[in-house]
Amino acid sequence: MPITKEDVKYIAALARIDVPEDKLEGMTKSLGGIVQYVEKLQELDVADVKPTSHAVPVGNVLRPDIIKPSLTNQEALAIAVEAKDGCFKVPLVIE
Amino acid sequence: MSQFETVIGLEVHLQLSTRTKIFCSCVNQYGCAPNTNVCPVCLGLPGTLPVLNHQALLYGIKVGLALNAEINSFVKFDRKNYYYPDLPKGYQISQFDFPVAKKGYLNIKSGGQEKRIGITRAHLEEDAGKLVHDNSGSCSLADFNRTGTPLIEIVTEPDLRSPQEAYDYLNTLKLTLQYLGISDCDMEKGSLRCDANVSIRPVGQASFGTKTELKNMNSFRAVKTALEYEVRRQTQVIIAGEKVVQETLLWDDEKAQTRAMRSKEQAHDYRYFPDPDLVPFTIDYKIIDGVRAELPELPQAKFLRFLSQYGLSEYDANILVADGGMADFFEAAVKEYPQAKKIANWLAGPVLMELNNRKTPIQELKLSPQGLVTLIAKVEDGVVSNLVGKEVLTFMLDEGKGADEVIKEKSLAQVSDDSALLAIIDEVIAQNPAVVEQIKSGKPNAAGFLVGQAMKRSGGRANPKKLNELIMRRITGV
Repeated sequence: MPITKEDVKYIAALARIDVPEDKLEGMTKSLGGIVQYVEKLQELDVADVKPTSHAVPVGNVLRPDIIKPSLTNQEALAIAVEAKDGCFKVPLVIE
Repeated sequence: MSQFETVIGLEVHLQLSTRTKIFCSCVNQYGCAPNTNVCPVCLGLPGTLPVLNHQALLYGIKVGLALNAEINSFVKFDRKNYYYPDLPKGYQISQFDFPVAKKGYLNIKSGGQEKRIGITRAHLEEDAGKLVHDNSGSCSLADFNRTGTPLIEIVTEPDLRSPQEAYDYLNTLKLTLQYLGISDCDMEKGSLRCDANVSIRPVGQASFGTKTELKNMNSFRAVKTALEYEVRRQTQVIIAGEKVVQETLLWDDEKAQTRAMRSKEQAHDYRYFPDPDLVPFTIDYKIIDGVRAELPELPQAKFLRFLSQYGLSEYDANILVADGGMADFFEAAVKEYPQAKKIANWLAGPVLMELNNRKTPIQELKLSPQGLVTLIAKVEDGVVSNLVGKEVLTFMLDEGKGADEVIKEKSLAQVSDDSALLAIIDEVIAQNPAVVEQIKSGKPNAAGFLVGQAMKRSGGRANPKKLNELIMRRITGV
């Protein structure tokens, strides 16, 4: 499956990455190369292999429903780029 | 009326009332100061590891069982990727292809008809944070207290055929969920939310029309009104020879109309993939049987039992079952006093009125089943009339006293004493000669008027049977 410039633009938009027009060509090529490399896996017959969702054979790890202290508001906001009224200040969101 | 058929599917999000959040140990509580119930896990800080709340999983299974669904033996969590400032991680942990429950149904009654509504799936996920809009209008403010609140999303098949059916489904679903005791199901607080998918198609057409998604309805009534509006709009679009556009619409309750979302988040590409941070779960029959054993009797089963066991009318049974607390109260009262119909009448009548007036649940009323039964017995024994009985109930609730005490303190006992009643009757007879003439000329029914007048004068305390008897004897001498 060849990767097109449109694919790169679409993926960049989903990831909120700004790809300058002059880098598009090169990025399409290198992304295409990666996909092509992985494509080799398609040659395998996996008809009898169950889909793998997790690589580690661990399951049913649960936590008891017991409250533990949260961060204080000051601690939580310490990582905020900007804060106001006890909240994280973010770009204006309409709807 | 129309050559079109409406097709509706609903998605209900329900916040689970676990003590802690779904993937971390922060308290799950509404109404706290912003960003005080947050920790590195729910803030999505690097290097943290979410761990599933055991109770949230059990509640999810409980919902599945109550909706007659299959519980998946293999359950996993997936990341649903999108950017929005109320989502700190840039993805929501949800369930994609192995939800906790699938292929269920809920029977509803709509327009006197019973109908089975298919439940496609029910899956667990985390709630997002809340955006507060700043007065300055230049930024938004994010409060992540709600982030990580456990949610179960319940998705129906496109089985609903009218806004009314959607409304009836929602009420039945809410009642069922309330019986499970897993959520306060309060739409005003946002613990229960509903989105709707709606399309129309020519009657007889098998394939579906293009659907729109409706959001932002904050009551079941609003869901119904919004659906009615959207069905009318789509009908007009098609009749005008145009095409319905697949889009998400926001309901504006004040203007009573929908509007398109402005944001371009409409191009959904969530790129779901298994969350490597959360291990998968194997749900075996032991776990399922454990939850099943805790399932309460559900409203529909209780309704049928109330009809057969107590011989109640459908009307009374409906009122009692519509409130789990009321139903329990009823059964406790019947154990004390085996007059089910009388107790049901009192609960569906005066007690319900008091509950509405006081805007309080029956559990918080200063009334025990024994207390109500004592009062009913007083009425049945003729100590107080039905009317005064209701008054006694109000005093009991106001003052938290028993029926005996109230009747004694307020001197509310029915007056059956002849001499006391005769004094009143003589006055009434003297003042209504025309009515007296009617009775004398062979119209005994006219006595009802005099009974009413005498009752008024007695302050409702006279025994009406006795009054009637005495009035007739006084006038006709019989």
